Amino acid sequence: MKLGFYPGCSLEGASREYNESVMAIAEEMGIELVSIPDWNCCGATAAHNLDKELSLSLPARNLALAEEAGLTVLVVPCAACYSRFCATQHELMHDENLHKKINGIIEKEYKGNLRILNVIQFIDEFIIDKLDDKMKFEFNKKVACYYGCLLVRPNKVLDFDRTEDPQTMDVVMKKLGADSIDWAYKTECCGAGFSVSFTETVGRLSGQIVEDAEHRGAEAMIVACPMCHSNLDMRRPEINKYNKKKSDMPVIYITQAIGLALGIDRNKLGLQRHFVPVKLKDFKPYTKKTEVENPQKMEVE
Amino acid sequence: MARIGVFICHCGENISATVDCSKVAQVAATFPGVVHSVDYKYMCSDPGQTLVGNAIKEHNLTGVVVSACSPRMHEPTFRRACAEAGLNPYQCEMANLREHCSWVHERNEKTDDKAIDLVRMLVEKVKRNNSLQPIKVPVTKTALVIGGGVAGIQAALDIANAGHKVIMVEREPSIGGHMSQLSETFPTLDCSQCILTPRMVEVAQNPNIKLYTYAEIESVEGFVGNFTVKIRKKAKSIDESKCNGCGLCTTKCPNKKNPNEFELGMAKRPAIYVPFPQAVPNIPVIDKTQCTYYKTGKCKICEKVCQANAIQFDQQDEIIEVPVGAIAICTGFDIKKADFFPEYGYGKHKDIIDGLQFERLASASGPTAGEIRRPSDGQIPKKIVFVACAGSRDPAKGIEYCSKICCMYTAKHAILYKHKVHDGTAYIFYMDIRAAGKNYDEFTRRAIEEDDAKYIRGRVSKIYERDGKLIVVGADTLMGAQTVEIEADMVVLATAGVANQGAEKLAQILHVSYDQHKFFSEAHPKLKPVETNTAGIYLAGACQSPKDIPESVAAASGVAGKISCLFSNSELTREPLIAVVDRTAPPQYSSCTGCFMCQSVCPYNAIEREEINDRNGNLVKQLAFINPGLCQGCGTCVAVCKSKSIDIEGYTNLQMYSEVDALLNF
Repeated sequence: MKLGFYPGCSLEGASREYNESVMAIAEEMGIELVSIPDWNCCGATAAHNLDKELSLSLPARNLALAEEAGLTVLVVPCAACYSRFCATQHELMHDENLHKKINGIIEKEYKGNLRILNVIQFIDEFIIDKLDDKMKFEFNKKVACYYGCLLVRPNKVLDFDRTEDPQTMDVVMKKLGADSIDWAYKTECCGAGFSVSFTETVGRLSGQIVEDAEHRGAEAMIVACPMCHSNLDMRRPEINKYNKKKSDMPVIYITQAIGLALGIDRNKLGLQRHFVPVKLKDFKPYTKKTEVENPQKMEVE
Repeated sequence: MARIGVFICHCGENISATVDCSKVAQVAATFPGVVHSVDYKYMCSDPGQTLVGNAIKEHNLTGVVVSACSPRMHEPTFRRACAEAGLNPYQCEMANLREHCSWVHERNEKTDDKAIDLVRMLVEKVKRNNSLQPIKVPVTKTALVIGGGVAGIQAALDIANAGHKVIMVEREPSIGGHMSQLSETFPTLDCSQCILTPRMVEVAQNPNIKLYTYAEIESVEGFVGNFTVKIRKKAKSIDESKCNGCGLCTTKCPNKKNPNEFELGMAKRPAIYVPFPQAVPNIPVIDKTQCTYYKTGKCKICEKVCQANAIQFDQQDEIIEVPVGAIAICTGFDIKKADFFPEYGYGKHKDIIDGLQFERLASASGPTAGEIRRPSDGQIPKKIVFVACAGSRDPAKGIEYCSKICCMYTAKHAILYKHKVHDGTAYIFYMDIRAAGKNYDEFTRRAIEEDDAKYIRGRVSKIYERDGKLIVVGADTLMGAQTVEIEADMVVLATAGVANQGAEKLAQILHVSYDQHKFFSEAHPKLKPVETNTAGIYLAGACQSPKDIPESVAAASGVAGKISCLFSNSELTREPLIAVVDRTAPPQYSSCTGCFMCQSVCPYNAIEREEINDRNGNLVKQLAFINPGLCQGCGTCVAVCKSKSIDIEGYTNLQMYSEVDALLNF
């Protein structure tokens, strides 16, 4: 099976392990992820702060290229890229004049036939049903699923999960055998782009997130966004400074968690790249349940 | 031959300052058919009306055009004046020279031309007016009151005490409505049940009131003065004529673990139950969805213990048909539940409750016997947070309006809390304190000054649970919008008041209009606040919009007054401005082709099928027939009639085209 894939800058840079783990589980499941040829920056936060047309044209060019390449489904693991792509699709499909204008700017015609999937939607659609056959270990840990801001907001544009207290990642983790906790900071801001400019602010915002997860007994945090990961992982010294205590709770991508359950080599999943070492071990061997169960479907409002 | 009189009014200076009235009168005098044309300073004054009357007699006028203000203002005045002078009142028309001309234009020649055109149009129309007679319909002097809350009770008692019959229909097993669930009432803190239950008993005992509880409206047909209502009496599984209300069945029922609706799920009740001890009537019902006998075919303990042999397991729903002359809708409201709020946890925290649940906690007859104890573990909350405007005034939630009662009841809750938990602290997050009403602001000041309620102006963004506490995260906008976090033991949401469940369905059964929030619509927001657009159907209480008790009671008495007025006549008189289907001699009978498009669009169900039979009884033709009692003259049928067979009296196609012709072919 071939699906379109947009790595964006993070997955080729600071979040290589995210890319590696997405590719590793896709390979295990027999899915080929094809990058959009000649892709460009999604515009991220910079473009839509400066120029609306630019912020729409950058993703629109990528979408048009994907369409030209004959792709119908596009997997976008980075939550920021996903948000920009969805916002662009939404705006262009709801404003004919704008659509024409942007097509003129990118000198391509985007028809709007692409289905844009974030990593959780990708897992739900192509992976979760096959887990039973492929899982080697249970992820028998207490985890806090952290969604951040961009994965579920704005709801009108994304139409994905519920804005407050989302559940989709928890469903995946429960499927892997994890005990996913109910906690308060699932969608609070991690500090996002302040990762570079205001590290103290990141220390405070991410600090509250880490503190609540750890307070409730989480052994690991599960994320699906490179920005969240950077802040919660790379900025752990600032976090520890804010919380006035040392936390060694690892932050792992949901794709890495799946990879561990599938028994994929830790280095192939990029787990060695994290700043906070991922020491999780003693995973229980998985035995396929004998009775036929309905695969747990995601509860999305 | 038409002999038309034109009367141009100056309306003081309202018209004459902009329009040259004497010029208009002079030009109008030259119109074909006009035999008399004058202008006068105040045509609506007594001398003005006399001027019109005298002219009718003197010039033997067949039609009158008064060119003055809006017909909504003075058409009845001038029609009456014409009738007194012997002219059919429907031969009088008004040209609106004020709202349509002088008030909206500058003084110049074009304005005069427009005024002249307006007069010309009406002159051409009035030439084609028919002399109409008012419609008389009989009245059934029985009122139907739908809903047995405080509004319904008040309306029913007032109408009954005026000497008319009342049929009251209540959906629940007892009357009393939300007011019977309240603890104390603002701003006097008198006990809600103490003031309500005597009124409930009065309803049951009044010989003029027939009460049907556990019953719903099935259908309504007919028109003002002459409705036919079908009522579904849901099977209570109890023979009401035998039951003496001893209550043995409810105490002996072994199936006692069912959620108690009256206590909003905070207590349990048996499968055979009376909603609350003071219920009227004091007759239990069996909840068939919970009863062990209905579920498994075994038990029947209630039947065994009943001394009066009143249990009837095989009882069926019964549909009864009653004639009524007027209908009062008093179906009340509902409130949003905590699960409506994602930011407050989608209802997953037991100690986040709504205002009505707090009423039950504070009520002496409630699940905690009036002690404030939180639902999760029965502890007394030492820190309690009230969130006003939960959902209300929030376009993002689809509820733009103010629920009106929350500011007051939240202040009351804070006072009651402090009276019961002396060492506790009550915080109130609010947007504005809206305390307009007699002694209302004093009451909220009392909460703040005497009972130490901590008012925080700002909204609550989020509530989450941590270590057994509810962390309430909000903003204090009077302190520079800084974040406030309160570790509370319990949270009470003053959730938005919304239309009652089933309001939309009832509105469709009754053919009355409702707004986008499913609240019933009044006929006019200021001048007809208790009427609906359908004649003979009235509104009282919170089914119209969120209302407090005094307002609901006032509206209910208003409705009772309106219905008593209606019933003071033996016959009703209606304006004859209704739709009619044309009729001609056989064999055509009418140009109506019997397509009945009109029937499908009529908002008032006024169009029936009329069959024309020959002398042997064979069907010759089917025609639309418009029931004059139901038709409101809206004209929708006229617009859809393909064969142009329907006309609105007073606004016929001929009259309308004549007006247009007068403009175009001049």
